[in-house]
Amino acid sequence: MRRVKATGFHLLLPLSVLAFLVVVNVIKGVDYFSLSVINGALYGNIPNILFGASELVVLAVGMTLVTSSSGGQDISVGVAGAITSSVFVAILLGADKITWWTIFAGFLAGCAVGVLIGAFNGSLVAVFKVQPMVATLILFTAGRSVAFLIDGKLSPILANDLTSRIGGVMPGVFIQTPILLTAVFIALIALLLKTTNLKLYAQSVGVNEKAARLNGIDPVAVKLLTFMLLGVCTAVAGFIAVCKAGRHDSVNLLKYIEMDAILAVAIGGNALGGGKFSVTGSIIGAYTIEVLNRTLLRLEVDTEAIKAVKAVFIIVLMVLASPVVRGYLANAVRRPRSGTQTGTVAEEAEDGWVSAPDAFRGREAP
Amino acid sequence: MHTQIVLEMRGISKAFPGVRALHNVDFTLRRGEVHALMGENGAGKSTLIKVMTGVYAKDAGRITIDGATIHFRSPQEAQNFGVGTVYQEISLCPNLTVAENMFIGRGRRGFVNWNRMNGDATRLLESLCIPARPTQELSNCSLAVQQMIAIARAVDMECKILILDEPTSSLDEDEVRRLFALMRELKSRGVGIVFVTHFLDQVYEVSDRITVLRDGELVGEYAASSLPQIELVAKMLGKELGDVAGIRNRRPRTAESGIPVFEATGLSSAAGVRPFDFSIHKGEVNGFAGLLGSGRSESVRAIYAADKVTGGSVRVNGKSVRIGKPIQAMKLGIGYLPEDRKGDGIIAELSVRENIILALQVMEGFFKPFSRKQAEAFADEYIRLLNIKTPSTGTPIKALSGGNQQKVILARWLLTHPEYLILDEPTRGIDVGTKVEIQKLVLKLAEEGVSVTFISSEIEEMLRTCSRLIVMRDRCVVGELEDSGLTQNDVMHVIAGGAEKPCDE
Repeated sequence: MRRVKATGFHLLLPLSVLAFLVVVNVIKGVDYFSLSVINGALYGNIPNILFGASELVVLAVGMTLVTSSSGGQDISVGVAGAITSSVFVAILLGADKITWWTIFAGFLAGCAVGVLIGAFNGSLVAVFKVQPMVATLILFTAGRSVAFLIDGKLSPILANDLTSRIGGVMPGVFIQTPILLTAVFIALIALLLKTTNLKLYAQSVGVNEKAARLNGIDPVAVKLLTFMLLGVCTAVAGFIAVCKAGRHDSVNLLKYIEMDAILAVAIGGNALGGGKFSVTGSIIGAYTIEVLNRTLLRLEVDTEAIKAVKAVFIIVLMVLASPVVRGYLANAVRRPRSGTQTGTVAEEAEDGWVSAPDAFRGREAP
Repeated sequence: MHTQIVLEMRGISKAFPGVRALHNVDFTLRRGEVHALMGENGAGKSTLIKVMTGVYAKDAGRITIDGATIHFRSPQEAQNFGVGTVYQEISLCPNLTVAENMFIGRGRRGFVNWNRMNGDATRLLESLCIPARPTQELSNCSLAVQQMIAIARAVDMECKILILDEPTSSLDEDEVRRLFALMRELKSRGVGIVFVTHFLDQVYEVSDRITVLRDGELVGEYAASSLPQIELVAKMLGKELGDVAGIRNRRPRTAESGIPVFEATGLSSAAGVRPFDFSIHKGEVNGFAGLLGSGRSESVRAIYAADKVTGGSVRVNGKSVRIGKPIQAMKLGIGYLPEDRKGDGIIAELSVRENIILALQVMEGFFKPFSRKQAEAFADEYIRLLNIKTPSTGTPIKALSGGNQQKVILARWLLTHPEYLILDEPTRGIDVGTKVEIQKLVLKLAEEGVSVTFISSEIEEMLRTCSRLIVMRDRCVVGELEDSGLTQNDVMHVIAGGAEKPCDE
């Protein structure tokens, strides 16, 4: 029981936000949950949300890992997705005939490039100790030109059945392919976290790098690994995005998605300073963002105003999730109870010790 | 004589939740003297200084400066009253110039007269013989000069009292000499200087008077010339000279034969230990003795490769091996409980369970995670074995008390079943009951054939558990004391400088 409560708590925020948005949508019109079948596939608000959020979910998962181990964020994921997908497109268009095999080869090549990008960003962060956001700023700035060059200074069009099936629906399948791909991806990540110590290592490095090292963990390797995994995520996201779009527009593909990916991690209840993480939270966070975007459209907010409204919503959300408010709420909940546990007392005593010099340092600063 | 007194503190008490940091402490500072404040870690030196400068409010007692009772509410107020403080870590801005650092935050108006500021700075620097230009960027100065500039900033305006908290800990010998010259200069101007350090030799080089604290209480005030170094150590440790401390309840372990479990020759590390030789046999308990900062922690860190190893050769069970990083040491059966529990030991936000299995899990490998059931079983086993008080295995370790955190780290290493276990201050800051439990555990492990290196600031504790002591002073090994005839006095003599071996290169 206690475990359920403990793990459930950090999901409280994203889930309640999601619930709030759904309620708003239902108030707007009860047809929110309506589904229809067009050409043998399922459409409606819910499938559309799952479809639209695919790339964001994939990137949010990778971003969660990087955030945990490095205590920073990668702002080049959208750009990296544009590069990996341009490689994918180049291989497809270079082949005589597009078959499932060429698509598979192109996808693998995209993943390989993603790993390279991850290794580049990761080594800047892990070896040269560059702040992650600054390290990834390099690719963020330069990446779209690289993708443009790989495209041969064009916006190549993927006019074939196979890729449009990946971006749309497979014949005889009820559900749109990107939704299925995302599900498979989530399953693979779950498997990875189950069969390796990635979570323990990344969290240990994120919480206390020195202690992690003294326990035999190589912090450089762990950070590199998480960045390389994020690289694979960008390849998957780029693959889905370009198949959806049907053409590779190196300027607009996955544009601004990096900020949403970071936001998804934050909404998921993860500390952006690294350490403990919940992939589930980030995934829910990603879907929440998609729901939010679509809710604003459904409420017929002006297209020009959408971003501003979204921003206000996010500010409120982040303030609610901030340690200050959370601490306040926790105190409000705790106060009525008289007998606190010994563990809590010990923690508070120790905090007293810690905060005294901190307060002092604050006062010393000119 | 009374007019000479500049600062007087009487009956100062200060308590923190659960800890009595100061109890009825007196301190007197006279004009133009260097007054050393001595005591072991946790004796209350820092707290006394922070009460002095208004960082902490005192619970009881009276502070007078030049006969007037004062009550500082902030360091700023103390500063304005002529009490300057320089801390161990330099708290200046490295990317500003020397002059800016000296005067920043002092101007009453929003405007700065750069020429006048630089001029004032030049005069002050020259008068104190500090080799720096006002327009130079601070980060270009050596640490010692930066330290001096911090002092110059503190003494600038009619400073009557200067407090130096461990000013020499990051300086080399030459820099220390220059700092001392500056201190003597200020002293001759009538400034009263409070000097906190744990380097014994330095105390005698500059100090006129010494006040010793222990466990938050005043041991006494002495003239430096009439307090021999050995007696100072005795007072800091709380043992009167000639007090041959009681029973030693351990089996003699002298005649160890065979190949040592661990043997190092000429081992040195980037943390600055002079090359040393070391060996330990199966089932032996030995220890590094010495004051804090003597290099005892750095030595064991070199064994475990916690710091970058810069030289020396290592044999484990007679086989020549290379230990370049902790994982290699772990795979050779070495465990290490670090001195800094918070910084190096616990993974604060992770659960007790994860903290217990961490080392063994890492040794197992990345692709072989323990099942949840297995991890729970390990955690439960050691929580029971070491009597760790935790609400559940899933509780974050940071929610536990210090003693229980330490037991979790101990459990982490016991779980790996090490051949050789290094315990650096395993009993620091934990209650007496747990201390005894840990000592018993060490002896039990030794009986089972585990070799243990045990470090403690309490010599008595080391005498009880160790059969051999390696004594360190100023980052080099100055003596090795074997089992028979080992008394507190012997150890203190060697620590204080009645050295068996001279300490040089």
